[in-house]
Amino acid sequence: MIQALFFLFAAVAVGAAINVLVQKHVLYSALSLIVMLTAMSGLFILLRADFLAVIQVIVYAGAIMVLFTFVIMLLNLPADEDGADRLRWLKFIGIPLGLFLLFLIIATVWNVKPVRTTAAMIGSPQAIGKSLFSDYLLPFEATSLLILIALVGAVVFAKKDL
Amino acid sequence: MIPISWYLVVGAVLFLIGVLGFFVKRNIIALLLSVEIMLNAVNLTFVAFSSQHAQISGQIFVFFVLVVAAAEAAVGLALVIAMFRNRESLNVDRSNLLKW
Repeated sequence: MIQALFFLFAAVAVGAAINVLVQKHVLYSALSLIVMLTAMSGLFILLRADFLAVIQVIVYAGAIMVLFTFVIMLLNLPADEDGADRLRWLKFIGIPLGLFLLFLIIATVWNVKPVRTTAAMIGSPQAIGKSLFSDYLLPFEATSLLILIALVGAVVFAKKDL
Repeated sequence: MIPISWYLVVGAVLFLIGVLGFFVKRNIIALLLSVEIMLNAVNLTFVAFSSQHAQISGQIFVFFVLVVAAAEAAVGLALVIAMFRNRESLNVDRSNLLKW
């Protein structure tokens, strides 16, 4: 049962990610990415990271992707012109090199030794909150500064006359 | 119980798709979407190891990746709007002022 769910979510995630690249219009790419993010949250649930799965749907598939689709619709783009002619011959090098990279990563990753630990419920909001506000308090506060900078930066960039 | 390698392989495949998209696509919004795919692949790897070792640090790190992704999306899309306003195009090959 769990294996079937894993294969379902993994297949949906990989298929949607490929669809992001295949689609000509960038809006369809963004919508396909939402499907990928939702499938990814299913994988998180299988890994017992419940809170992250919820956050994934709310923040990623909700907030960030709404930002993307909003900007895409605001700009009202035409379908993608295929400007890849300059890169055509690079395909013959790029595809083997890409497959080689995939092979290297999988060869590394396949030999990871399983560790037997007690299957504690580590993904609960309680555990994450405790860790976030004790051990990781300084990075947590630093991210607030990062968000503030990003906010100001976005406003400055989007201004009419810089 | 699913072995951790399977999750890691899914993460590797997704990461490679993201890299491929980043190099193949010419639309700058598509490039940002490819970056999101790569970030998610890394997130999956983090969560897989976190659940394997029963340590919460991996999941905390995913939070920070999430925050950085949100900041990156906000600034990146603001840049996209500024670029579109100036050039009427989102093709990254067109913006080559800094190219020698």
